[in-house]
Amino acid sequence: MAPALVLARGVSSWLVRRAAQAGATLAVVLVLLFVLMRIAPGDPLTRITDRPLSPTEIAVLRARYSLDQPLSRQFASYLGGALRGDFGTSIEYGRPVAALIAERLPATLLLGGAVLLVNFTLGVWLGALQATRRDTLLDRSLTALSLTGHAMPSFWLGLVLAWLVGVRWRLLPAAGMENPLLDPSAGMPARAADVMAHLALPALTLCVVSLATTMRYQRRAMIEVLRFPYIATARAKGVPERQVRRHHAWRNALFPVLTLFGLWLPILVTGTVFVESVFAWPGLGSLAAEAVGARDYPLLMGTAALSATLVVVGGILTDLAYAVLDPRVRVAA
Amino acid sequence: MSRVLEVDHLRVTFPGADGTRVSAVDGVSFTLDRGETLALVGESGCGKSLTSLSLLRLVPPAGRIEPGSIIRLGETDVLALEGESLRRIRGRRIGMIFQDPMSSLNPVFRVGDQIAEGILAHFDVPKREARARAIALLKEVGIPDPASRAGAYPHQLSGGMRQRVMIAIALAAEPEILVADEPTTALDVTVQAQILEVLDRLQAARGMAVLLITHDLGIVAGRADRVAVMYAGQIVEEAATAALFARPSHPYTQGLFNSIPKLSGPVERLRPIAGTVPAPHAWPAGCRFRPRCPIVHPKSQQMPPMLALSNEHRMRCWLAESPIATDDR
Amino acid sequence: MSWLDEAWAAVWRRRSGRAALIALAAIALIALAGPLLLPDPAAQPDIIGGASLPPDAEHPFGTDQLSRDVLSRVVSGARVSLAVAGLAVLVSLTIGASVGLTAGYLGGAMDAVLMRLVDAGLAIPRLFILLLLLAVWERIPLPALILILGTTGWFGTSRLVRGEVIRLRHEPFVSGAEALGAGRRRVMFRHLLPNTAGPLLVAATLGVGEVILLEAGLSFLGLGIQPPTPSWGAMILDAKPVLIAAPWTSLFPGLAILTTVLAVNLLGDALSDAFDSRVP
Repeated sequence: MAPALVLARGVSSWLVRRAAQAGATLAVVLVLLFVLMRIAPGDPLTRITDRPLSPTEIAVLRARYSLDQPLSRQFASYLGGALRGDFGTSIEYGRPVAALIAERLPATLLLGGAVLLVNFTLGVWLGALQATRRDTLLDRSLTALSLTGHAMPSFWLGLVLAWLVGVRWRLLPAAGMENPLLDPSAGMPARAADVMAHLALPALTLCVVSLATTMRYQRRAMIEVLRFPYIATARAKGVPERQVRRHHAWRNALFPVLTLFGLWLPILVTGTVFVESVFAWPGLGSLAAEAVGARDYPLLMGTAALSATLVVVGGILTDLAYAVLDPRVRVAA
Repeated sequence: MSRVLEVDHLRVTFPGADGTRVSAVDGVSFTLDRGETLALVGESGCGKSLTSLSLLRLVPPAGRIEPGSIIRLGETDVLALEGESLRRIRGRRIGMIFQDPMSSLNPVFRVGDQIAEGILAHFDVPKREARARAIALLKEVGIPDPASRAGAYPHQLSGGMRQRVMIAIALAAEPEILVADEPTTALDVTVQAQILEVLDRLQAARGMAVLLITHDLGIVAGRADRVAVMYAGQIVEEAATAALFARPSHPYTQGLFNSIPKLSGPVERLRPIAGTVPAPHAWPAGCRFRPRCPIVHPKSQQMPPMLALSNEHRMRCWLAESPIATDDR
Repeated sequence: MSWLDEAWAAVWRRRSGRAALIALAAIALIALAGPLLLPDPAAQPDIIGGASLPPDAEHPFGTDQLSRDVLSRVVSGARVSLAVAGLAVLVSLTIGASVGLTAGYLGGAMDAVLMRLVDAGLAIPRLFILLLLLAVWERIPLPALILILGTTGWFGTSRLVRGEVIRLRHEPFVSGAEALGAGRRRVMFRHLLPNTAGPLLVAATLGVGEVILLEAGLSFLGLGIQPPTPSWGAMILDAKPVLIAAPWTSLFPGLAILTTVLAVNLLGDALSDAFDSRVP
């Protein structure tokens, strides 16, 4: 029992340190974003409407968006608001940014979650398989496939799939998250199935592009692990090959996968912008794309800040997983 | 005197830079009898580690044991084994101690479990029994407080203790042959002596044959029954230890002895062997030591076979056939 | 520059590397010479009758809804996309290497500050930074686009270079140079930088692929390269309305992107293996 307690204490103090680091990083992120927004040439106000604004209207808008304050004051109030959960008001929708993000977040989490799941099961398994069957036909074909997937623009693939599977073959829906014509009184399973059907194509698109990275990474990681002397020791002991792979190699090959998880979030966030747009999936990605089109800075900043937070949190979770799985890290903490 | 291991014309090749295959071990032959210790001595790159890996068929994937090679464990032809039958000799007939215990032990598993795994791979005993045996082994290799040490991770142990764990792992399935590949190279000098003492003790207790691989002539004296000196993929001299130390005959062996500083006797200049060990693809035709040899025999353009100097003392050098009078010894 | 020769030889030796080099040479050739041999991409010879024609002998890639020859547009798009990507990567390399060298060699507070900045830069997905910066411009001029692409892509490179420098800074050749009185800048640029050339080259190559995809995506969103300058991403955007009626208008630009990025990535992989001493 005692070792577990020691573990908990060690980990929690380390966790506090990491959280503080993450907070500092996020603070810098917010400053950067804020500066980016404000240094952009052109007056953001001119984007709001097409018609020229009267001086009174300008003054009112400037006050509303705090543009008449010095930069540092603007940032301070933005930061204060952000800590309270207030990310300003969307120029295009006229509603609080936070509310918009909260509305659209679940759809993105669903899509992202599905893609992550496929990556961390299928992707990791295929990559490891490639490593154990190195340089065989299987390995080479999988490498060719993954290289091709990696080189595809996600939005193009989405369009191709939407056209081919959605329109030409009529197999799966190619737009939106739910069928608007579905009977409103239909039960949960029917609605869930409907969402799943709509999820299929966007998820497939993102999976093709992302599996490529996962497989390559895991293949390399597994090859590295298999090179280690302790693998030779295990074989020299007479441990059956399957156990050598599953027991010895896998445990150590998991660590790079964890790192990959930390890297995954930004890729996912980026990918969803295009894929959600193409498939009209009502998530954060398409929200960001719309915000771009409408030059809606508060909304853009809100989504950017959120994605940065996801990335940073992902990093902490990864480190935490490392601490749990790798006894070397545990003792150091 | 029962022969436990016979190696004949062992050749291991690797792909070379231009597509051809290059021999890293080129026609190595030796035998091992029950209870005896054979030291395989040579500098890095001479192929001694590869030779030992071949015994267990653990050569890296790019390497290939060429047909014509013979490795026999008593009646068993090691090179004909596949799958399960191959697995069964690993650890059970031959145990292996690797060079660097830090990277040879899996960092994420406890040492006790790693020893127990070696037992469970060959004996059908319950896990608890395997763990008990593992603790007994830890005690046998001289680790204090073995029961609690069994729960430690490799990085929590000192270098010497890790090597003792490696020895325990190698002995877990009670092999008749122990291969020790540079068992003390990665350790401090004081610890080296302790580890060697452990090996001696265990060998005597279990009656194992030992193949000791090293570049250090110092640990060979007083420990090995016979010595085989390797150079550039071949054995160049083989003798009983006393005979080799009394009369090192191959110019390379002499060079090795000359480069050891002596603590007693008049202070002399160290005489290192000129040049460096050539890489496999750059081996000269004929005698491979020729470019570095202080005596160049007129016949050395031809590869010398192993020639007998006396009973139990052979060398791969034309000097055995026709010695040259020289005071450059 | 013997390492470059060695790298070249190593890449050429592998089948994938050879294929990649040949493909890239072909693409470059087509990009440079193509527009001279093909009809004007902006030409609309027969606005009504020649619109949205499927591929045939006269128009191997068909025509789009404005009766422009798709092949010509794809080829002229190549020039722009490749040039933008190449120049942007050059900018990233310069900034990234400088920051990495400085942080790694000077260490201390400078290192801490710079790395905190890099962490923040890496935390924000690159696309979002680009979206924020580009959303402001109505029609972004090409040099500005290149600069922005370049200044958003150096974070990873700086980490890479810093890692190498930290690994090397206690090596004898560095102490030797310092002992001989070499100033800090000289040590950094004359001694350390060349030793990071290998990983830098790999990062640069892979970076080109990344930028091509990013730029295409941005153009697809209407943010990147502005018409009338041709760009593969913008072509796919234009082709959206006729996706079903004339699929070739989006197919071929996409294939062009795919082929180019694939070739670049293969080259990067081959280079990476060439510099990895452990790979046989």
